[in-house]
Amino acid sequence: MNTITYILPELFLSLTIMILLMVGVFIKKSFKLVNFLTLLSLIFTIALVLNQTDVYIKIFDGAYIIDKLSIYMKVLALLFTFFVLLISKDYLKINNISRIEYPILILASVLGMILMISSNDIIIFYLGLELQSLCLYILAAFKREDGKSTEAGLKYFVLSALASGLLLYGCSLIYGFTGSTNFDVISENLVMSNMGLVFGIVFILVGLAFKISAVPFHMWTPDVYEGSPTSVTCFFAIVPKIAALTIFIRFLYIAFVTAINEWQTILIFLSLASMILGAVAAIGQTNIKRLIAYSSIGHMGYALAGLITGTSSGIQSSITYLTIYLVMNLAIFGCIFMMRRENVFEENIYELSGLSKNHPIIALCFVIILFSLAGIPPMAGFFAKFYVFMSIIETEMYAFAIVALVTTVISAFYYLRLIKIIYFDKPKKHFTTDYDYGLKISLALSTIFILTYFIYPSTLIHLVSTINFN
Amino acid sequence: MNFPILSAIILIPLVGAFFILITKGDYKNIEKNSKYVAIFSSAANFFLSLFLWSSFDFTTSDFQFVETKIWIDGFFKFQLGIDGISILFILLTTFITPVCIFSIINSVKFKVKEFLIAILVMETLMLGVFCSLDLVIFYLFFEGGLIPMFLIIGIWGGPKRVYSAFKFFLFTLLGSVLMLIAIISIYWLTGTTDVIELLNIEIPDGYQKLLWLAFFSSFAVKMPMWPVHTWLPDAHVEAPTAGSVVLAAILLKMAGYGFIRFSLGLFPVASEYFIPLVFTLSLIAIIYTSLVALMQDDMKKLIAYSSVAHMGFVTLGIFSVTQQGIEGSIIQMISHGLISAALFLSVGVVYDRFGSRMISSYGGLANIMPKYAFVFMVFSLGALGLPGTSGFVGEFLVLIGVFQKSMMVAVIASLGVILAAAYMLWLYGRVFYGEVSNKDIKKLTDLNKTEIYIFACLAFLTMFFGIYPEPLFNTINVSVTDVINNYEMRLK
Repeated sequence: MNTITYILPELFLSLTIMILLMVGVFIKKSFKLVNFLTLLSLIFTIALVLNQTDVYIKIFDGAYIIDKLSIYMKVLALLFTFFVLLISKDYLKINNISRIEYPILILASVLGMILMISSNDIIIFYLGLELQSLCLYILAAFKREDGKSTEAGLKYFVLSALASGLLLYGCSLIYGFTGSTNFDVISENLVMSNMGLVFGIVFILVGLAFKISAVPFHMWTPDVYEGSPTSVTCFFAIVPKIAALTIFIRFLYIAFVTAINEWQTILIFLSLASMILGAVAAIGQTNIKRLIAYSSIGHMGYALAGLITGTSSGIQSSITYLTIYLVMNLAIFGCIFMMRRENVFEENIYELSGLSKNHPIIALCFVIILFSLAGIPPMAGFFAKFYVFMSIIETEMYAFAIVALVTTVISAFYYLRLIKIIYFDKPKKHFTTDYDYGLKISLALSTIFILTYFIYPSTLIHLVSTINFN
Repeated sequence: MNFPILSAIILIPLVGAFFILITKGDYKNIEKNSKYVAIFSSAANFFLSLFLWSSFDFTTSDFQFVETKIWIDGFFKFQLGIDGISILFILLTTFITPVCIFSIINSVKFKVKEFLIAILVMETLMLGVFCSLDLVIFYLFFEGGLIPMFLIIGIWGGPKRVYSAFKFFLFTLLGSVLMLIAIISIYWLTGTTDVIELLNIEIPDGYQKLLWLAFFSSFAVKMPMWPVHTWLPDAHVEAPTAGSVVLAAILLKMAGYGFIRFSLGLFPVASEYFIPLVFTLSLIAIIYTSLVALMQDDMKKLIAYSSVAHMGFVTLGIFSVTQQGIEGSIIQMISHGLISAALFLSVGVVYDRFGSRMISSYGGLANIMPKYAFVFMVFSLGALGLPGTSGFVGEFLVLIGVFQKSMMVAVIASLGVILAAAYMLWLYGRVFYGEVSNKDIKKLTDLNKTEIYIFACLAFLTMFFGIYPEPLFNTINVSVTDVINNYEMRLK
């Protein structure tokens, strides 16, 4: 009986989804209402999650865990979903995809992610993952009359299904050799001399690397990011990363914690390869969504870098990195949503040319965000990198740190190129500026966060430092 | 002294920038008001730093006006403080900034408001570098300076501004990231990044060398030393006049300051070990870039190369680790700050009127612009280190200092003084003497009142410190002695 109260947020979310579906079906043209209720329910769910702040419990036979990590990540996921829905309102309306399924699918995928975040068992994790992924496939193809969107959906579906297959295969190997699906039991029964287990771990890491779009399993990212409707891209770029990183942490630091020597090398490769590819491949891009896709590959490389260390401070630095990175991502998508002329959303970066003359404030936001993404102090992005490097150097991986820093210099180049286009080039036609308040406020909030983070960085550190493993 | 005067000095320009940001109205009004705000805030800052100087205790080498706040809990403090060395750089910064702002009245023709904001933010960041007593804070300000400078070069620069801005940004960023690794390593080695504490902590020898190299890579690019100086001529040539002035007068000095404070202060063993390296690079810089300067057709480029040569003297002096050498370096930096600022402003004067920086477009200017010719003469002589100008004091002391370490090096470095005379006088001769070959320059008007006042200030200081450098020595003496004592004590 009592355990039910611990999954109130999840229950509430599932109920909301069903109710909203009813509302959507029975009331005609109810997109506005459904969207509004979705936002409201997200806030309410956040409140429910926050209500559990001091709880640490494993329920349902240890299959479901509520701890600091899960609470932090859930709040993050819900909060960013809220903002993503807020900033994409204009986009949906103008592109005629403001159908009721949209917010409901997003809610359902968020439910999947929340299950993933709290899972302490392979089965729960897989269920959550599939719920999330299925919704994401549909969302990617949501603009169904558009060829590119359909293509993105299909591509994502095929590749993602492959990755899920690998993941499942890995899970079954792990189950076969340890005799349990529970993370805690797995870690107890993990005998590293067993080749089968190593295969299991590798398969699981590959599957997860795909979800987080780490090199060399990143192929889908640019195409899906470019093809999907921008509002969906924005969602893709932000929220699933939270769940994927959490499950990465759970696998590595609970289930496979004794096998650190095995997965560390794999992770170092994933992380370095992502950083390098993210930095180099983005240079040639002219479509801003593709560019963001490559940049997100690079950034996930840094987020993984913290996990390599195997220390608590490493995990914390990764989580901090993710948090700050997501704010920057939200902000940059806010800017992308502002690149609109009449009813056309521009995606070519050269359309930004001379933005500083026509729209100085948007240009200023852009430049702050880009410098932050490039990791130049005193923007928040610098601190994100700084914490990660703190933990890398603590474990004395100097060569890794140097390579990682060199890639930041390379990636600075393409961010600078955007700044060059915005500030140094000749102006083009004005954008249409009748933006929605939600968009304006979200962009302002996130930009102010990025710009003023350095004044008082302790809050986030405190918050994250409560997340601790052993 | 509870009033946080250093924070105030750092913040005033930022507040000024904020007010400029929120000015509204038609373009003319904005331009006028933002100029007033910028001049007011930077001038106020100058007077505040003068006050700081007057209330500064010259008899102790301790850090003064120290402010400490908790910043990143459990890791880093926000700590400011100054000693005799930093206060001179603060004065230089607060003095050059208003001069810059006055100078842009002619040279910046569009987006004046944004330009002023960039300059003021730049001032804040530069002051932060000189005040900070925590490595992380130092890095923050040091690196943050890239942003406004990148924009200044890129937006208001000349035809090849994009290339130059990128080169400037990426060169310095690559140098600095290594310093970031070093700073974090220091934290994990010693448990602190507080400079006051670190000055009393011995870092193991093996680590020192690597850390020294990491810091060196950053400072050497910023300084700039041969062979990583190539960004400087490009950046100078393309930057607007005010940008060049800030770059030459203050930005380069951050590296010199860093060498004295961090390389000597934290890694004495490594510094001693790497002295031959620094001397070699400095000598190459002095001789090679002086020769390159002789070949230039572009006035700004010539002055940029001469900056590299002058900075070669600075590094020589610092790493001679003698009282005369270090004091000479500091004075050389201050004097270079004044003289190069003046020279870039002078080039700006004809560039704004005529639109060319090529030496060949001029000739016989002395007949048309006599006042200008006089001003340029004063600063050229300062740049070549004529006795009676501050340039002489600095170079002379550096050479004395170096002489104690190695006669050979001093002799070769002295050649640089001769070469400096050669390229400066040749430049002067080609631009100002001879027949007026280009008819178009006959229309040029001589200096106006604002320009005369600016140049008079700079010229007065150049000559004043050349004849009576006592105030400068008074300020730095105790601190430099302390740096050397500390260095030698820890070497043993």
